[in-house]
Amino acid sequence: MMSKPKTTLTLAASIATAMSLTGGHHAEAQEATMEKCYGISLAGENDCAAGPGTTCSGTSTVDYQGNAWTLVPTGTCETIELPAQADGTPRMGSLEELDRDLPTG
Amino acid sequence: MHPPPEVHTDHLHGTQAAFADALWAGALPPGLAAPQPDEVVRRFGVYRNNVMHGLSRALERRFPVIARLVGSEFFAALARSFAAAHPPRSPVLIDWGDAFADFLARFPPLAQLPYLPDVARLEFARGSAYHAADAAPAPAEALVTEDPGRLHLRLHPSVHLIASPWPVLTIWRANQPGHPPARIPAHHREQALIARTPALEVIVEPLDAPSHAVLSALQRGTRLAEAAGPDDPAAALTLLLRHQLITHIGETP
Repeated sequence: MMSKPKTTLTLAASIATAMSLTGGHHAEAQEATMEKCYGISLAGENDCAAGPGTTCSGTSTVDYQGNAWTLVPTGTCETIELPAQADGTPRMGSLEELDRDLPTG
Repeated sequence: MHPPPEVHTDHLHGTQAAFADALWAGALPPGLAAPQPDEVVRRFGVYRNNVMHGLSRALERRFPVIARLVGSEFFAALARSFAAAHPPRSPVLIDWGDAFADFLARFPPLAQLPYLPDVARLEFARGSAYHAADAAPAPAEALVTEDPGRLHLRLHPSVHLIASPWPVLTIWRANQPGHPPARIPAHHREQALIARTPALEVIVEPLDAPSHAVLSALQRGTRLAEAAGPDDPAAALTLLLRHQLITHIGETP
């Protein structure tokens, strides 16, 4: 359980604050003027469009299971500064040299 | 009249199942032929590649910030690994990707980016909020009562709450399409509320820790008085009222 419940008075004050801040408009929910478009987002990607530099039969065969994972993240993650690790080494800037603990086999 | 053509349903299902299995396996399905026998592998590869490429693009649309954070080349390969480990369970791709955050957390090449799983949870929550069931907001006047200690609120089904040891909201906002990359110190916790308003807008609002606690308790069905505990629930209630996220206001005896 959470700690001791608030008194009726302080709870009423919290409710009054919230209602005054929002003008009590909750009841006047305006009619939604938009409609959901079911089936549009994430529609089937069935085109044969593997992208430039590839063929429909596929040339990119990076396979994590095969211990052939050689890529490193190259996006904006390098702009996010993580706290140093317990031993004082920085978390970022050494992605290329990581011992990735890849599964064997 | 001709009798209807005989459909070999069992045979068709068997062929389709073998074809589908082979999309994910190394071996070819039985019974394939091509003008040149050595073309069979290449031609079947078209199907394999299309399935993988389609899933990879669907995943990138669902998790655009993750894609931006790791880069498109890494993401494409990551998507293949995820799709192989967690292929869609249904043709409805809206539900696919629910396991992505946990997959990222266990993916050794990403061990140095520990905030990624929570960013993925935020992105998945936005899609889930958009497609959540409809529910009409309750009239706010019902909150004004003689004994607010008995008030019991039900939150809109689109409400998702996130609490992270990382500044996931800041990272998510800074990595929207078109935003120039910015240095972000990732040294603090953040909480967020994700929900869909009656105007069908998906909102992502920052929460302080007490408001996150209050809303989490309300979502579990706790009475307002107990959900608030020692904290002032005014900020949490203001957010709920502003976005019309209370669908039922009742009083327990």
